[in-house]
Amino acid sequence: MGHPILNLVAQRIALGLLLLFLASGLIFIGTQILPGDVAQSILGQSATPEAVANLRKELGLNDPAYVRYFKWLAGVLQGDLGTALSNGKSIAEGISSRLQNTLFLASWAAALSVPLAVVLGLLAVQYRNRWPDKLISGVSLASISLPEFFIGYLLIYFVSVQLGWFPSVAILNETMTLGEKLNAIALPVVVLTMVVLAHMMRMTRAAILNVMQSAYIETAELKGLNPFTVIRKHAFPNAIAPIVNVVMINLAYLVVGVVIVEVIFVYPGMGQYLVDHVSKRDVPVVQACALIFASVYISLNIIADIVSIVANPRLRHPK
Amino acid sequence: MNFKRIPLSALVGIIATGGFLFVAVFAPALAPYGMAEIVGDVWEPASDEFLLGTDNVGRDLLTRMMYGARITIFIAGAATIFSFVMGSVLGFTAAVTGGWFDMVLSRFVDLLMSIPTLIFALVVLSVLPGNLVTLIVVMGVLDSTRVYRLSRAVAVDINVMDYVEAARLRGEGTRWIVFREILPNALSPLVAEFGLRFIFAVLFLSSLSFLGLGIQPPEADWGGMVKENKEGIIFGIPAALIPAFAIAVLAISVNLVADWILNRTSDLKGGRG
Repeated sequence: MGHPILNLVAQRIALGLLLLFLASGLIFIGTQILPGDVAQSILGQSATPEAVANLRKELGLNDPAYVRYFKWLAGVLQGDLGTALSNGKSIAEGISSRLQNTLFLASWAAALSVPLAVVLGLLAVQYRNRWPDKLISGVSLASISLPEFFIGYLLIYFVSVQLGWFPSVAILNETMTLGEKLNAIALPVVVLTMVVLAHMMRMTRAAILNVMQSAYIETAELKGLNPFTVIRKHAFPNAIAPIVNVVMINLAYLVVGVVIVEVIFVYPGMGQYLVDHVSKRDVPVVQACALIFASVYISLNIIADIVSIVANPRLRHPK
Repeated sequence: MNFKRIPLSALVGIIATGGFLFVAVFAPALAPYGMAEIVGDVWEPASDEFLLGTDNVGRDLLTRMMYGARITIFIAGAATIFSFVMGSVLGFTAAVTGGWFDMVLSRFVDLLMSIPTLIFALVVLSVLPGNLVTLIVVMGVLDSTRVYRLSRAVAVDINVMDYVEAARLRGEGTRWIVFREILPNALSPLVAEFGLRFIFAVLFLSSLSFLGLGIQPPEADWGGMVKENKEGIIFGIPAALIPAFAIAVLAISVNLVADWILNRTSDLKGGRG
Protein backbone atom coordinates (compact mmCIF):
# COMPACT_ATOMS: atom_id res chain seq x y z
CA MET A 1 0.00 0.00 0.00
CA GLY A 2 0.97 3.61 -0.60
CA HIS A 3 2.30 6.30 1.66
CA PRO A 4 1.59 5.76 5.37
CA ILE A 5 -0.19 9.15 5.48
CA LEU A 6 -2.64 8.11 2.78
CA ASN A 7 -3.38 4.95 4.70
CA LEU A 8 -4.01 6.87 7.90
CA VAL A 9 -6.18 9.43 6.11
CA ALA A 10 -8.22 6.73 4.38
CA GLN A 11 -8.65 5.02 7.74
CA ARG A 12 -9.91 8.25 9.34
CA ILE A 13 -12.40 8.86 6.55
CA ALA A 14 -13.72 5.31 6.71
CA LEU A 15 -14.05 5.61 10.47
CA GLY A 16 -15.85 8.92 10.07
CA LEU A 17 -18.35 7.47 7.61
CA LEU A 18 -19.01 4.57 9.97
CA LEU A 19 -19.51 7.07 12.81
CA LEU A 20 -21.91 9.09 10.68
CA PHE A 21 -23.92 5.98 9.86
CA LEU A 22 -24.13 4.99 13.54
CA ALA A 23 -24.98 8.57 14.52
CA SER A 24 -27.89 8.57 12.06
CA GLY A 25 -29.08 5.38 13.76
CA LEU A 26 -28.78 7.00 17.17
CA ILE A 27 -30.72 10.07 16.04
CA PHE A 28 -33.42 7.77 14.72
CA ILE A 29 -33.54 5.73 17.93
CA GLY A 30 -33.61 9.00 19.90
CA THR A 31 -37.05 9.73 18.49
CA GLN A 32 -38.33 6.21 19.16
CA ILE A 33 -37.47 5.85 22.83
CA LEU A 34 -40.78 7.14 24.05
CA PRO A 35 -42.76 4.31 25.58
CA GLY A 36 -46.17 4.22 23.94
CA ASP A 37 -47.43 5.76 20.74
CA VAL A 38 -45.51 8.57 19.05
CA ALA A 39 -48.57 9.60 17.03
CA GLN A 40 -50.65 9.89 20.20
CA SER A 41 -48.03 11.99 21.96
CA ILE A 42 -47.64 14.29 18.96
CA LEU A 43 -51.38 14.92 18.74
CA GLY A 44 -52.04 15.02 22.48
CA GLN A 45 -54.53 13.12 24.60
CA SER A 46 -57.60 14.82 23.14
CA ALA A 47 -57.00 13.56 19.56
CA THR A 48 -59.64 11.38 17.93
CA PRO A 49 -58.70 7.76 17.18
CA GLU A 50 -59.08 8.47 13.43
CA ALA A 51 -56.57 11.32 13.54
CA VAL A 52 -54.11 9.10 15.41
CA ALA A 53 -54.61 6.30 12.89
CA ASN A 54 -54.07 8.73 10.00
CA LEU A 55 -50.89 10.09 11.50
CA ARG A 56 -49.66 6.57 12.20
CA LYS A 57 -50.13 5.77 8.54
CA GLU A 58 -48.45 8.98 7.46
CA LEU A 59 -45.45 8.34 9.69
CA GLY A 60 -45.35 4.74 8.51
CA LEU A 61 -45.62 3.63 12.13
CA ASN A 62 -47.25 0.37 11.11
CA ASP A 63 -43.87 -0.85 9.82
CA PRO A 64 -41.30 -2.13 12.30
CA ALA A 65 -38.69 0.44 13.40
CA TYR A 66 -35.75 -0.94 11.44
CA VAL A 67 -37.73 -0.87 8.16
CA ARG A 68 -38.63 2.75 8.81
CA TYR A 69 -35.00 3.56 9.62
CA PHE A 70 -33.65 2.12 6.37
CA LYS A 71 -36.42 3.74 4.32
CA TRP A 72 -35.54 7.05 5.95
CA LEU A 73 -31.80 6.57 5.41
CA ALA A 74 -32.30 5.56 1.76
CA GLY A 75 -34.36 8.70 1.22
CA VAL A 76 -31.75 10.91 2.90
CA LEU A 77 -28.96 9.46 0.75
CA GLN A 78 -30.96 10.42 -2.34
CA GLY A 79 -31.48 13.95 -1.04
CA ASP A 80 -35.06 13.33 0.05
CA LEU A 81 -35.40 14.42 3.65
CA GLY A 82 -39.10 13.61 3.84
CA THR A 83 -42.06 15.91 4.41
CA ALA A 84 -42.75 18.07 7.43
CA LEU A 85 -45.74 17.05 9.54
CA SER A 86 -46.65 20.61 10.41
CA ASN A 87 -47.16 21.97 6.88
CA GLY A 88 -46.82 18.96 4.58
CA LYS A 89 -44.04 20.59 2.57
CA SER A 90 -40.75 19.01 1.50
CA ILE A 91 -38.14 19.41 4.24
CA ALA A 92 -35.24 19.67 1.79
CA GLU A 93 -36.81 22.78 0.25
CA GLY A 94 -37.41 24.39 3.60
CA ILE A 95 -33.89 23.71 4.77
CA SER A 96 -31.73 24.63 1.77
CA SER A 97 -31.94 28.42 2.02
CA ARG A 98 -31.74 28.28 5.80
CA LEU A 99 -28.65 26.10 5.64
CA GLN A 100 -27.02 28.69 3.39
CA ASN A 101 -27.89 31.44 5.85
CA THR A 102 -26.45 29.47 8.74
CA LEU A 103 -23.24 28.72 6.87
CA PHE A 104 -23.00 32.40 5.91
CA LEU A 105 -23.22 33.41 9.56
CA ALA A 106 -20.89 30.69 10.80
CA SER A 107 -18.23 31.30 8.18
CA TRP A 108 -18.02 35.02 8.99
CA ALA A 109 -17.75 34.18 12.66
CA ALA A 110 -14.98 31.71 11.86
CA ALA A 111 -13.16 34.22 9.64
CA LEU A 112 -13.17 36.69 12.52
CA SER A 113 -12.45 34.38 15.43
CA VAL A 114 -9.73 32.07 14.12
CA PRO A 115 -7.02 34.66 13.34
CA LEU A 116 -7.93 36.60 16.48
CA ALA A 117 -7.65 33.49 18.66
CA VAL A 118 -4.28 32.44 17.26
CA VAL A 119 -2.77 35.91 17.60
CA LEU A 120 -4.08 36.38 21.15
CA GLY A 121 -2.90 32.87 22.06
CA LEU A 122 0.59 33.67 20.78
CA LEU A 123 0.58 36.98 22.69
CA ALA A 124 -0.46 35.19 25.86
CA VAL A 125 2.43 32.75 25.49
CA GLN A 126 4.89 35.50 24.68
CA TYR A 127 3.91 37.46 27.78
CA ARG A 128 3.33 34.36 29.88
CA ASN A 129 2.54 35.12 33.54
CA ARG A 130 2.75 38.84 32.94
CA TRP A 131 -0.22 41.18 32.77
CA PRO A 132 -1.23 40.65 29.11
CA ASP A 133 -1.41 36.91 29.70
CA LYS A 134 -3.30 37.35 32.96
CA LEU A 135 -5.73 39.79 31.37
CA ILE A 136 -6.37 37.47 28.42
CA SER A 137 -6.79 34.45 30.69
CA GLY A 138 -9.10 36.31 33.04
CA VAL A 139 -11.32 37.63 30.28
CA SER A 140 -11.49 34.24 28.60
CA LEU A 141 -12.32 32.48 31.88
CA ALA A 142 -15.16 34.92 32.37
CA SER A 143 -16.49 34.61 28.84
CA ILE A 144 -16.51 30.79 29.04
CA SER A 145 -18.94 31.12 31.94
CA LEU A 146 -21.25 33.50 30.14
CA PRO A 147 -24.30 32.06 28.43
CA GLU A 148 -24.67 33.05 24.76
CA PHE A 149 -27.91 34.88 25.41
CA PHE A 150 -26.31 37.06 28.08
CA ILE A 151 -23.69 38.35 25.64
CA GLY A 152 -26.32 38.56 22.92
CA TYR A 153 -28.93 40.57 24.83
CA LEU A 154 -26.26 42.72 26.45
CA LEU A 155 -25.10 43.72 22.96
CA ILE A 156 -28.67 44.25 21.74
CA TYR A 157 -29.47 46.37 24.79
CA PHE A 158 -26.41 48.60 24.68
CA VAL A 159 -25.22 48.60 21.07
CA SER A 160 -28.42 48.37 19.11
CA VAL A 161 -31.07 49.88 21.41
CA GLN A 162 -29.07 52.53 23.30
CA LEU A 163 -26.56 53.46 20.59
CA GLY A 164 -28.64 52.46 17.58
CA TRP A 165 -25.61 51.16 15.65
CA PHE A 166 -26.70 47.77 14.38
CA PRO A 167 -30.15 46.19 13.95
CA SER A 168 -31.31 44.03 16.86
CA VAL A 169 -32.99 41.52 14.56
CA ALA A 170 -30.91 39.91 11.84
CA ILE A 171 -33.21 39.58 8.87
CA LEU A 172 -31.79 38.57 5.51
CA ASN A 173 -33.44 38.67 2.11
CA GLU A 174 -32.47 38.12 -1.49
CA THR A 175 -32.36 41.78 -2.49
CA MET A 176 -29.77 42.84 0.09
CA THR A 177 -26.23 43.71 -0.95
CA LEU A 178 -23.32 42.04 0.82
CA GLY A 179 -22.72 45.20 2.83
CA GLU A 180 -26.31 45.28 4.07
CA LYS A 181 -26.15 41.59 4.91
CA LEU A 182 -22.95 42.09 6.88
CA ASN A 183 -24.53 45.00 8.73
CA ALA A 184 -27.48 42.75 9.60
CA ILE A 185 -25.35 39.90 10.93
CA ALA A 186 -22.74 42.08 12.68
CA LEU A 187 -24.04 41.46 16.20
CA PRO A 188 -24.66 37.69 15.83
CA VAL A 189 -21.15 37.32 14.42
CA VAL A 190 -19.69 39.19 17.38
CA VAL A 191 -21.59 36.98 19.84
CA LEU A 192 -20.51 33.77 18.12
CA THR A 193 -16.93 35.00 17.99
CA MET A 194 -16.91 35.75 21.69
CA VAL A 195 -18.40 32.36 22.47
CA VAL A 196 -15.72 30.37 20.67
CA LEU A 197 -12.84 32.81 20.99
CA ALA A 198 -12.15 32.11 24.65
CA HIS A 199 -12.01 28.34 24.21
CA MET A 200 -9.96 28.58 21.07
CA MET A 201 -7.50 30.94 22.62
CA ARG A 202 -7.02 29.00 25.83
CA MET A 203 -6.46 25.81 23.90
CA THR A 204 -4.06 27.54 21.48
CA ARG A 205 -2.15 28.92 24.44
CA ALA A 206 -1.99 25.48 26.05
CA ALA A 207 -0.89 23.84 22.78
CA ILE A 208 1.92 26.34 22.23
CA LEU A 209 2.98 26.22 25.89
CA ASN A 210 3.18 22.46 25.62
CA VAL A 211 5.59 22.79 22.71
CA MET A 212 7.48 25.60 24.47
CA GLN A 213 8.27 23.31 27.37
CA SER A 214 10.13 20.79 25.24
CA ALA A 215 13.89 20.42 25.25
CA TYR A 216 14.60 21.77 21.76
CA ILE A 217 12.94 25.06 22.60
CA GLU A 218 15.05 25.35 25.73
CA THR A 219 18.11 24.74 23.54
CA ALA A 220 17.02 27.44 21.09
CA GLU A 221 16.49 29.84 24.00
CA LEU A 222 19.89 29.00 25.44
CA LYS A 223 21.46 29.60 22.02
CA GLY A 224 20.37 33.18 22.55
CA LEU A 225 17.76 33.38 19.79
CA ASN A 226 15.30 36.21 20.01
CA PRO A 227 11.99 35.04 21.54
CA PHE A 228 9.90 35.74 18.43
CA THR A 229 12.38 33.81 16.27
CA VAL A 230 12.08 30.87 18.66
CA ILE A 231 8.31 30.90 18.26
CA ARG A 232 8.42 31.38 14.49
CA LYS A 233 11.13 28.87 13.58
CA HIS A 234 10.93 26.22 16.28
CA ALA A 235 7.63 26.35 18.14
CA PHE A 236 5.17 27.18 15.38
CA PRO A 237 5.90 24.29 12.95
CA ASN A 238 5.40 21.85 15.79
CA ALA A 239 2.39 23.64 17.19
CA ILE A 240 0.47 23.81 13.90
CA ALA A 241 -1.08 20.38 14.32
CA PRO A 242 -2.50 20.99 17.79
CA ILE A 243 -3.63 24.51 16.84
CA VAL A 244 -5.49 23.33 13.74
CA ASN A 245 -7.04 20.64 15.86
CA VAL A 246 -8.20 23.23 18.39
CA VAL A 247 -9.58 25.45 15.64
CA MET A 248 -11.57 22.62 14.07
CA ILE A 249 -13.00 21.43 17.37
CA ASN A 250 -14.14 24.96 18.08
CA LEU A 251 -15.63 25.41 14.64
CA ALA A 252 -17.62 22.28 15.37
CA TYR A 253 -18.71 23.98 18.58
CA LEU A 254 -19.70 27.02 16.55
CA VAL A 255 -22.20 24.85 14.69
CA VAL A 256 -24.00 24.26 17.99
CA GLY A 257 -23.62 27.79 19.30
CA VAL A 258 -25.34 28.98 16.16
CA VAL A 259 -28.63 27.43 17.30
CA ILE A 260 -28.99 29.74 20.29
CA VAL A 261 -27.57 32.79 18.56
CA GLU A 262 -30.08 32.40 15.73
CA VAL A 263 -32.93 32.31 18.21
CA ILE A 264 -31.64 35.44 19.98
CA PHE A 265 -31.43 37.46 16.78
CA VAL A 266 -34.44 35.81 15.08
CA TYR A 267 -32.08 34.85 12.25
CA PRO A 268 -33.65 32.75 9.46
CA GLY A 269 -31.26 29.81 9.76
CA MET A 270 -31.22 26.08 10.47
CA GLY A 271 -31.02 26.46 14.23
CA GLN A 272 -34.17 28.54 14.45
CA TYR A 273 -35.90 26.07 12.13
CA LEU A 274 -34.84 23.12 14.31
CA VAL A 275 -35.98 24.76 17.56
CA ASP A 276 -39.35 25.78 16.09
CA HIS A 277 -40.03 22.24 14.99
CA VAL A 278 -38.93 20.67 18.26
CA SER A 279 -41.69 22.59 20.02
CA LYS A 280 -44.14 21.58 17.29
CA ARG A 281 -43.00 17.97 17.81
CA ASP A 282 -42.43 17.70 14.08
CA VAL A 283 -40.23 14.59 14.26
CA PRO A 284 -39.19 14.26 10.57
CA VAL A 285 -37.89 17.85 10.49
CA VAL A 286 -36.05 17.39 13.78
CA GLN A 287 -34.41 14.21 12.51
CA ALA A 288 -33.33 15.87 9.26
CA CYS A 289 -31.91 18.95 10.97
CA ALA A 290 -30.15 16.91 13.64
CA LEU A 291 -28.60 14.71 10.96
CA ILE A 292 -27.27 17.76 9.11
CA PHE A 293 -25.87 19.30 12.28
CA ALA A 294 -24.30 15.99 13.27
CA SER A 295 -22.72 15.47 9.84
CA VAL A 296 -21.19 18.95 9.83
CA TYR A 297 -19.89 18.32 13.34
CA ILE A 298 -18.47 14.90 12.48
CA SER A 299 -16.95 16.14 9.20
CA LEU A 300 -15.17 18.98 10.97
CA ASN A 301 -13.79 16.52 13.47
CA ILE A 302 -12.56 14.25 10.68
CA ILE A 303 -10.92 17.23 8.96
CA ALA A 304 -9.25 18.11 12.26
CA ASP A 305 -7.88 14.58 12.48
CA ILE A 306 -6.67 14.58 8.90
CA VAL A 307 -5.01 17.98 9.16
CA SER A 308 -3.19 16.98 12.30
CA ILE A 309 -1.97 13.81 10.59
CA VAL A 310 -0.78 15.76 7.55
CA ALA A 311 0.74 18.57 9.60
CA ASN A 312 2.72 16.24 11.84
CA PRO A 313 6.30 16.37 10.55
CA ARG A 314 7.09 12.98 12.07
CA LEU A 315 4.38 11.34 9.97
CA ARG A 316 5.19 13.32 6.83
CA HIS A 317 8.78 12.15 6.76
CA PRO A 318 8.64 8.54 7.92
CA LYS A 319 11.94 6.82 8.61
CA MET B 1 -7.45 23.98 56.82
CA ASN B 2 -5.97 27.42 57.17
CA PHE B 3 -8.48 29.98 55.94
CA LYS B 4 -5.83 32.64 55.34
CA ARG B 5 -4.27 30.49 52.63
CA ILE B 6 -7.38 30.48 50.46
CA PRO B 7 -6.72 32.90 47.58
CA LEU B 8 -9.02 35.91 47.29
CA SER B 9 -10.60 34.70 44.03
CA ALA B 10 -11.58 31.36 45.57
CA LEU B 11 -12.93 33.13 48.65
CA VAL B 12 -15.13 35.36 46.50
CA GLY B 13 -16.29 32.26 44.62
CA ILE B 14 -17.13 30.38 47.82
CA ILE B 15 -19.07 33.32 49.29
CA ALA B 16 -21.03 33.97 46.09
CA THR B 17 -21.83 30.28 45.55
CA GLY B 18 -22.91 30.02 49.19
CA GLY B 19 -25.13 33.07 48.75
CA PHE B 20 -26.86 31.52 45.75
CA LEU B 21 -27.37 28.25 47.62
CA PHE B 22 -28.81 30.10 50.61
CA VAL B 23 -31.29 31.98 48.44
CA ALA B 24 -32.21 28.79 46.60
CA VAL B 25 -32.96 26.88 49.80
CA PHE B 26 -34.87 29.64 51.58
CA ALA B 27 -36.62 31.17 48.54
CA PRO B 28 -40.18 30.82 49.91
CA ALA B 29 -39.18 32.54 53.17
CA LEU B 30 -37.12 35.31 51.57
CA ALA B 31 -39.31 36.17 48.61
CA PRO B 32 -41.46 39.27 49.15
CA TYR B 33 -44.34 38.01 46.97
CA GLY B 34 -45.76 34.72 45.64
CA MET B 35 -44.04 32.95 42.76
CA ALA B 36 -46.81 33.39 40.16
CA GLU B 37 -48.57 36.30 41.84
CA ILE B 38 -49.34 39.30 39.61
CA VAL B 39 -48.61 42.32 41.77
CA GLY B 40 -48.11 45.28 39.47
CA ASP B 41 -48.03 46.61 35.94
CA VAL B 42 -46.11 45.08 33.07
CA TRP B 43 -42.35 45.81 33.22
CA GLU B 44 -42.44 48.37 36.01
CA PRO B 45 -39.02 49.87 36.71
CA ALA B 46 -37.18 49.09 39.94
CA SER B 47 -38.73 50.80 42.95
CA ASP B 48 -38.97 50.45 46.74
CA GLU B 49 -41.94 48.17 46.26
CA PHE B 50 -40.35 45.99 43.56
CA LEU B 51 -36.59 46.03 44.06
CA LEU B 52 -35.82 44.69 40.59
CA GLY B 53 -39.01 45.85 38.90
CA THR B 54 -41.69 43.59 37.46
CA ASP B 55 -41.70 41.13 34.56
CA ASN B 56 -43.66 40.74 31.33
CA VAL B 57 -47.00 40.04 33.06
CA GLY B 58 -46.45 42.13 36.16
CA ARG B 59 -44.93 39.60 38.56
CA ASP B 60 -42.23 40.75 41.01
CA LEU B 61 -38.86 40.08 39.36
CA LEU B 62 -36.93 39.62 42.60
CA THR B 63 -39.37 36.93 43.73
CA ARG B 64 -39.13 35.17 40.38
CA MET B 65 -35.33 35.35 40.57
CA MET B 66 -35.32 33.64 44.00
CA TYR B 67 -37.62 30.83 42.89
CA GLY B 68 -35.66 30.67 39.65
CA ALA B 69 -32.45 30.13 41.62
CA ARG B 70 -34.14 27.26 43.41
CA ILE B 71 -35.23 25.51 40.20
CA THR B 72 -32.04 26.20 38.26
CA ILE B 73 -29.73 24.99 41.02
CA PHE B 74 -31.90 22.02 41.94
CA ILE B 75 -32.21 20.65 38.40
CA ALA B 76 -28.62 21.36 37.43
CA GLY B 77 -27.46 19.80 40.70
CA ALA B 78 -29.66 16.74 40.32
CA ALA B 79 -28.55 16.22 36.71
CA THR B 80 -24.90 16.56 37.71
CA ILE B 81 -25.24 14.10 40.58
CA PHE B 82 -27.06 11.68 38.30
CA SER B 83 -24.36 11.98 35.65
CA PHE B 84 -21.59 11.48 38.23
CA VAL B 85 -23.14 8.42 39.82
CA MET B 86 -23.82 6.83 36.45
CA GLY B 87 -20.66 7.98 34.70
CA SER B 88 -18.21 7.15 37.45
CA VAL B 89 -19.67 3.77 38.39
CA LEU B 90 -19.69 2.70 34.74
CA GLY B 91 -16.26 4.25 34.10
CA PHE B 92 -14.66 2.53 37.11
CA THR B 93 -16.31 -0.79 36.30
CA ALA B 94 -15.15 -0.55 32.68
CA ALA B 95 -11.59 0.13 33.78
CA VAL B 96 -11.58 -2.70 36.34
CA THR B 97 -13.30 -5.40 34.27
CA GLY B 98 -11.88 -4.45 30.86
CA GLY B 99 -12.68 -6.82 28.00
CA TRP B 100 -15.86 -6.55 25.94
CA PHE B 101 -17.76 -4.60 28.62
CA ASP B 102 -15.18 -1.80 28.48
CA MET B 103 -14.98 -2.01 24.69
CA VAL B 104 -18.74 -1.81 24.04
CA LEU B 105 -19.33 0.94 26.59
CA SER B 106 -16.40 3.06 25.45
CA ARG B 107 -17.38 2.87 21.79
CA PHE B 108 -20.99 3.72 22.69
CA VAL B 109 -19.79 6.78 24.61
CA ASP B 110 -17.67 7.79 21.60
CA LEU B 111 -20.76 7.53 19.44
CA LEU B 112 -22.90 9.56 21.83
CA MET B 113 -20.22 12.25 21.98
CA SER B 114 -20.01 12.43 18.19
CA ILE B 115 -23.38 14.18 18.11
CA PRO B 116 -23.42 17.67 19.63
CA THR B 117 -25.06 17.47 23.07
CA LEU B 118 -27.57 20.26 22.50
CA ILE B 119 -28.66 18.80 19.16
CA PHE B 120 -29.20 15.34 20.60
CA ALA B 121 -31.07 16.79 23.56
CA LEU B 122 -33.36 18.61 21.12
CA VAL B 123 -33.98 15.35 19.23
CA VAL B 124 -34.95 13.50 22.39
CA LEU B 125 -37.02 16.37 23.78
CA SER B 126 -39.03 16.54 20.56
CA VAL B 127 -40.80 13.31 21.56
CA LEU B 128 -40.47 13.17 25.36
CA PRO B 129 -42.94 14.97 27.61
CA GLY B 130 -41.46 18.15 29.06
CA ASN B 131 -41.22 17.63 32.82
CA LEU B 132 -38.62 17.75 35.58
CA VAL B 133 -37.74 14.07 35.52
CA THR B 134 -37.23 14.00 31.74
CA LEU B 135 -34.98 17.03 31.91
CA ILE B 136 -32.84 15.64 34.72
CA VAL B 137 -32.48 12.23 33.07
CA VAL B 138 -31.73 13.60 29.58
CA MET B 139 -29.17 16.11 30.88
CA GLY B 140 -27.68 13.55 33.24
CA VAL B 141 -27.29 10.80 30.66
CA LEU B 142 -25.78 13.13 28.04
CA ASP B 143 -23.37 14.60 30.55
CA SER B 144 -22.36 11.25 32.00
CA THR B 145 -20.35 10.54 28.84
CA ARG B 146 -17.78 13.13 29.92
CA VAL B 147 -17.70 11.80 33.46
CA TYR B 148 -17.34 8.27 32.11
CA ARG B 149 -14.26 9.22 30.10
CA LEU B 150 -12.61 11.03 32.98
CA SER B 151 -13.30 8.38 35.60
CA ARG B 152 -12.27 5.57 33.29
CA ALA B 153 -8.98 7.34 32.54
CA VAL B 154 -8.31 7.95 36.24
CA ALA B 155 -9.31 4.40 37.20
CA VAL B 156 -7.08 2.80 34.57
CA ASP B 157 -4.09 4.42 36.28
CA ILE B 158 -5.21 3.39 39.76
CA ASN B 159 -6.10 -0.12 38.64
CA VAL B 160 -2.43 -1.09 38.23
CA MET B 161 -1.42 0.10 41.71
CA ASP B 162 -0.03 -2.44 44.18
CA TYR B 163 -2.89 -2.02 46.65
CA VAL B 164 -5.45 -2.88 44.00
CA GLU B 165 -3.39 -5.91 43.01
CA ALA B 166 -3.24 -6.89 46.68
CA ALA B 167 -7.01 -6.61 46.98
CA ARG B 168 -7.42 -8.82 43.91
CA LEU B 169 -5.03 -11.41 45.30
CA ARG B 170 -6.92 -11.65 48.55
CA GLY B 171 -9.99 -12.41 46.43
CA GLU B 172 -12.09 -9.23 46.64
CA GLY B 173 -14.88 -8.88 44.05
CA THR B 174 -15.32 -6.15 41.45
CA ARG B 175 -17.69 -4.22 43.67
CA TRP B 176 -15.15 -4.02 46.52
CA ILE B 177 -12.39 -2.91 44.15
CA VAL B 178 -14.55 -0.24 42.56
CA PHE B 179 -15.98 1.25 45.76
CA ARG B 180 -13.27 0.59 48.34
CA GLU B 181 -10.04 0.83 46.34
CA ILE B 182 -10.63 2.96 43.25
CA LEU B 183 -13.30 5.42 44.39
CA PRO B 184 -11.45 6.91 47.40
CA ASN B 185 -8.31 7.41 45.32
CA ALA B 186 -10.09 8.90 42.33
CA LEU B 187 -12.16 11.31 44.43
CA SER B 188 -10.13 14.52 44.12
CA PRO B 189 -10.05 14.87 40.32
CA LEU B 190 -13.74 13.97 40.30
CA VAL B 191 -14.60 16.65 42.86
CA ALA B 192 -12.88 19.33 40.77
CA GLU B 193 -14.66 18.06 37.69
CA PHE B 194 -17.97 18.18 39.56
CA GLY B 195 -17.83 21.98 39.70
CA LEU B 196 -17.17 22.27 35.98
CA ARG B 197 -19.93 19.82 35.07
CA PHE B 198 -22.33 21.69 37.36
CA ILE B 199 -21.63 24.94 35.49
CA PHE B 200 -22.13 23.14 32.24
CA ALA B 201 -25.46 21.79 33.51
CA VAL B 202 -26.59 25.28 34.58
CA LEU B 203 -25.71 26.73 31.18
CA PHE B 204 -27.27 23.78 29.38
CA LEU B 205 -30.51 23.94 31.33
CA SER B 206 -30.69 27.69 30.81
CA SER B 207 -30.17 27.24 27.07
CA LEU B 208 -32.92 24.63 26.88
CA SER B 209 -35.34 26.78 28.85
CA PHE B 210 -34.37 29.81 26.80
CA LEU B 211 -35.31 27.84 23.68
CA GLY B 212 -38.64 27.04 25.35
CA LEU B 213 -37.89 23.34 25.82
CA GLY B 214 -36.86 23.23 29.46
CA ILE B 215 -38.98 24.21 32.45
CA GLN B 216 -42.56 24.95 31.44
CA PRO B 217 -44.42 28.06 32.71
CA PRO B 218 -45.59 29.28 35.18
CA GLU B 219 -42.59 27.70 36.90
CA ALA B 220 -39.45 29.37 35.70
CA ASP B 221 -35.74 28.90 35.87
CA TRP B 222 -33.40 31.73 34.91
CA GLY B 223 -33.15 30.68 31.26
CA GLY B 224 -36.95 30.64 31.03
CA MET B 225 -37.11 34.10 32.59
CA VAL B 226 -34.78 35.43 29.91
CA LYS B 227 -37.17 34.01 27.34
CA GLU B 228 -40.21 35.55 29.06
CA ASN B 229 -38.70 39.01 29.18
CA LYS B 230 -36.68 39.09 25.97
CA GLU B 231 -39.27 41.08 24.05
CA GLY B 232 -38.69 44.00 26.40
CA ILE B 233 -35.06 44.43 25.40
CA ILE B 234 -35.96 46.14 22.13
CA PHE B 235 -37.97 48.73 24.07
CA GLY B 236 -34.98 49.37 26.30
CA ILE B 237 -36.29 47.36 29.26
CA PRO B 238 -33.40 45.40 30.77
CA ALA B 239 -35.52 42.82 32.68
CA ALA B 240 -34.15 39.89 30.63
CA LEU B 241 -30.58 40.86 31.46
CA ILE B 242 -31.06 40.26 35.20
CA PRO B 243 -31.57 36.46 35.08
CA ALA B 244 -28.91 36.19 32.36
CA PHE B 245 -26.53 38.09 34.60
CA ALA B 246 -27.36 35.80 37.53
CA ILE B 247 -26.49 32.74 35.42
CA ALA B 248 -23.17 34.33 34.51
CA VAL B 249 -22.33 35.22 38.12
CA LEU B 250 -23.23 31.74 39.38
CA ALA B 251 -21.14 30.13 36.64
CA ILE B 252 -18.14 32.35 37.30
CA SER B 253 -18.23 31.88 41.06
CA VAL B 254 -18.45 28.08 40.82
CA ASN B 255 -15.65 28.24 38.25
CA LEU B 256 -13.44 30.17 40.69
CA VAL B 257 -13.95 27.52 43.36
CA ALA B 258 -13.40 24.64 40.92
CA ASP B 259 -10.24 26.28 39.58
CA TRP B 260 -8.82 26.55 43.05
CA ILE B 261 -9.61 22.90 43.87
CA LEU B 262 -8.10 21.85 40.53
CA ASN B 263 -4.90 23.77 41.27
CA ARG B 264 -4.65 22.24 44.74
CA THR B 265 -5.08 18.70 43.44
CA SER B 266 -2.80 19.00 40.42
CA ASP B 267 0.25 20.21 42.35
CA LEU B 268 2.00 16.90 41.81
CA LYS B 269 2.06 17.16 38.02
CA GLY B 270 5.44 18.91 37.92
CA GLY B 271 7.19 19.91 34.72
CA ARG B 272 8.91 23.06 33.56
CA GLY B 273 7.01 26.35 33.49
